[in-house]
Amino acid sequence: MNTMAPDAFDASIAPVDPATVKLDVRELDFFYGKARALKGVSIPFQANAVTALIGPSGCGKSTLLRTLNRMYALYPGQKATGRIMLDGEDILGPGVDLSMLRAKIGMVFQKPTPFPMSIHDNVAFGVKLYESLSKAEMHERVEDSLRRAALWDEVKDNLHASGLGLSGGQQQRLCVARCIAVKPEILLLDEPTSALDPISSAKLEETVTQLKADYTIVIVTHNLGQAARLSNNTGFMYLGELVEFGETAGMFTKPVTKRASDYITGRFG
Amino acid sequence: MAVSAARIATRRASNAVFVAFCYLVTAVALTALAAILWSLLSQGLGGIDLAVFTKSTPAPGSSGGLANAIVGSIMLCLLGMAIALIVGILAGTWLAEYAGQSRYGSTVRFLNDVLLSAPSILIGLFVYELLVAPFGGFSGFAGGVALALLAAPVITRTTEDVLKLQPTSLRESGVALGTPLWGVIRTVLWRSAGSGILTGALLAFARISGETAPLLFTALNNQFFSLDMRKPMANLPVVIFQFALSAYDDWRRLAWAGALIIAASVLAITIVARILSQEQKRS
Repeated sequence: MNTMAPDAFDASIAPVDPATVKLDVRELDFFYGKARALKGVSIPFQANAVTALIGPSGCGKSTLLRTLNRMYALYPGQKATGRIMLDGEDILGPGVDLSMLRAKIGMVFQKPTPFPMSIHDNVAFGVKLYESLSKAEMHERVEDSLRRAALWDEVKDNLHASGLGLSGGQQQRLCVARCIAVKPEILLLDEPTSALDPISSAKLEETVTQLKADYTIVIVTHNLGQAARLSNNTGFMYLGELVEFGETAGMFTKPVTKRASDYITGRFG
Repeated sequence: MAVSAARIATRRASNAVFVAFCYLVTAVALTALAAILWSLLSQGLGGIDLAVFTKSTPAPGSSGGLANAIVGSIMLCLLGMAIALIVGILAGTWLAEYAGQSRYGSTVRFLNDVLLSAPSILIGLFVYELLVAPFGGFSGFAGGVALALLAAPVITRTTEDVLKLQPTSLRESGVALGTPLWGVIRTVLWRSAGSGILTGALLAFARISGETAPLLFTALNNQFFSLDMRKPMANLPVVIFQFALSAYDDWRRLAWAGALIIAASVLAITIVARILSQEQKRS
């Protein structure tokens, strides 16, 4: 394909209009104990757009995702340095209320994680932490969230059945509903379809496409087709560095760096 | 592929021998259990009548029952389990979720394992020194505390183990919604680990319901019906111990009846708890 690509160690970060950036990562380093997993990563995430993070296993894309809601703070010995600006405020800074931060930044995991309670209670779980809604308002919120997650029609008659009884694909859409019920501004999706069959994956992709209008979405995926279908921008990572970042259409047709080109054409990774 | 018939024959034979051995060992274990149940039923069933549940332990030769010992045992076990559940679940949760590999955590974990295998008579002596000698007498409280000390390590251990079996992603997705970790533990992890914790609690209950040694030094016994936890308290194990060793036939018959009652109630509680946890899972 792009045999004229420059030297392997070059990086190419396309600039974006600062006014459109919702979440801006600047010079981010991440450490698991002494091991440095991210090396000076700077990447902008645009509002109301999907940004895909791709790269071979162990390149740091999930690590990057887990710094965005400070999930790593659960584990002593993990630390991030640098800055992550959300609406002009550094979320890595001291005095950040992690609960409020995570209410603003929702996350869906690789494996579906329904809680051991009813479908209704799963969706209401996060909402109850922040808002005191009447029963009717809560029901409305639950319905709205399930509709947006494209699950409502399948579960509307069984809202009080256990969330654990759903199929894998339904469970994952339940997790999406639970996440957006809190009304976050940003959605982090960590390989959300890797444990799902093709049909469920397609449904989830449809859901993500519809959510794009209202949310800033970051998705980590090993499925390049998925990244190409869903995302506006793509970041290619390798060995803890962001090698290439730009519009998805451009990256998949004409990658600038040799490493990204090799990865996208399947020559390694 | 060249298949060696001899090899396959050897493989089949060794498999058959192993399976037969498994059957044999299972049969031996079950026979022992059946023998115990049989002797309990055959000797104990005859002694069970209404008086067993309504009258208190008699003097030799007069009529009586086990009412004081049954009620005493229930109270001692309830107190013991109440303390042990609170301590055990909280300690197990701390070990699983917060202690990690810290030195303090490892020490607590090690000491808990030691306590788990401590001879129960030592626990009895310890509580005697702690709660009986300084307060001038045997008491139901001391008995309950001794039973709690036996039950808590079992619950601590099983709680820690089942919480560690819960997937990390379950924890993280609770936290990702903005719930503080303790909130996730309370509302998600305990629920998801519920049937495992219940198993631990049942094991602990089964263990303490038949314990005699720690009660000999703490609750002792009481010939009369009493609900006063500050006084010595009758209980089935000690009554069985005392009556079974006696020379009187009616006492020995009551001892068998008491043994049957303990076995039957542990069985009944286990079954009921299992059914409840199954139903909770389904809903």
